[in-house]
Amino acid sequence: MKVNVDFDLCESNAVCMGVAPEVFEVRDDDFLYVLDENPPAELHAKVREAAERCPKQAISLDEG
Amino acid sequence: MQQIVIVGASLAGLTAAQTFRRQGFDGTITLVGDEAHYPYDRPPLSKGFLAGRDDEAKIRLRAAIDPDEFGIDWRLGQRAVALYHDGEQGSGRVTLSEGEEIPFDGLVIATGARPRTLNETHPEGNALAGVHLLRSLDDARALRSTLDSRPGRLVVIGAGFIGAEVAATARELGIEVCLVEAAAAPLGRVLDADAGMAIVDLHRSHGVDVRLDTTVADVVGDSGVLDHVVLSDGQSLEASAVVVGIGVVPNTEWIEGSGLTIDDGVVADSTCLAAPGVVVAGDVARWPNRRFGQQSMRIEQWDNALEMGTYAAKRLLAWAEGAEVEDFQPVPWFWSDQYDRKIQLAGVANGRPEVVQGAGDESRFVQIYVGDDDQVSGVLSWNRPRQAVMGRSLIGNGASSGEAREALG
Repeated sequence: MKVNVDFDLCESNAVCMGVAPEVFEVRDDDFLYVLDENPPAELHAKVREAAERCPKQAISLDEG
Repeated sequence: MQQIVIVGASLAGLTAAQTFRRQGFDGTITLVGDEAHYPYDRPPLSKGFLAGRDDEAKIRLRAAIDPDEFGIDWRLGQRAVALYHDGEQGSGRVTLSEGEEIPFDGLVIATGARPRTLNETHPEGNALAGVHLLRSLDDARALRSTLDSRPGRLVVIGAGFIGAEVAATARELGIEVCLVEAAAAPLGRVLDADAGMAIVDLHRSHGVDVRLDTTVADVVGDSGVLDHVVLSDGQSLEASAVVVGIGVVPNTEWIEGSGLTIDDGVVADSTCLAAPGVVVAGDVARWPNRRFGQQSMRIEQWDNALEMGTYAAKRLLAWAEGAEVEDFQPVPWFWSDQYDRKIQLAGVANGRPEVVQGAGDESRFVQIYVGDDDQVSGVLSWNRPRQAVMGRSLIGNGASSGEAREALG
């Protein structure tokens, strides 16, 4: 799985960080950082949930 | 269970449909929506879409980009007008506005809410050209067209989130705005008075003429076109556009007579079950959120529509299998973007407000709400999204005020 964030869409609502803090972090500068662009299998379900709960639909996943 | 009907084709209903499929349900799913459009995202309607930054393709909900993806039997542009429910077996039928009767053995009610109109006090004002509501894509198209013509003055009635966001968007477009609020401080149901006043100050600093403790006594037209509004203090204000943002009414009329309980929403138990075989989700749903005591809640928020739509689908499947489920007891969360501010509230603003980072008159601050039991019920953040999401999990863990101060300060 490859995690892509469209930073033109991202508004740093930080929902993704609430769901999958291992992969997404919004820091005090208000920017989102992707901590692991290729998260391990055990995190895939959480990452999918984070992508779906993003209010801006800014996260997309390559599941290849 | 073989025939699921979902009434309401916005975020909650669509999410429920998607969840049924993901859980392996292979029967029929009929999704009924009163708008002609495939489901779209509502938050941009008062912000990016209204400002002309987002187009319609961009705000389509992702799960509806390919309408065939989840094997949904769509009924768009049709309203549910009646519900028959057999009470025991959990089956029944929904009657649509064009006469079709759709049988079900599982039902999701997600009909949302509609904006209050000027009906009660000055019904003639609703029909005037230039007077707008804002809930649907069609509403937003009409308002956008009015704002594109750069009206001389926009009067926004009601300083709730919709009114405040429209005011902010209009100011960014250079339009003169008067924001009229009946209460002494806005958002009294959602925030404390100081936080409400911080929003007022924000708007005033951007040139909005905010009138508190003021109502609109009359909306007056000339030959069917809006001309001016009369305020409760007697002042007459010329207006070339009006937005009415005075709250919403849940869409429950079609359920009356079905045997389900209606009380400012469709009433469900702590697991979103309103009757055998019937679950509720989204703005129309009232249920006791045990995390916050015995009082029932009805939440008009984007994230709740998504979370409750997911939960309600799983709940209905569990009902069909006779399986036990845990209560639905989310920590609510919403955001509102106004000018350069991102305002977020996790939980509910019950109890004593206390600023734990920054100050209430700064552009970035974090405030907690503490109950008598010293538990934190809510975390409000201005331009502090990280703290809002941390606050959400603190509330979920039942954090004390001391723990919240430590984590968020």
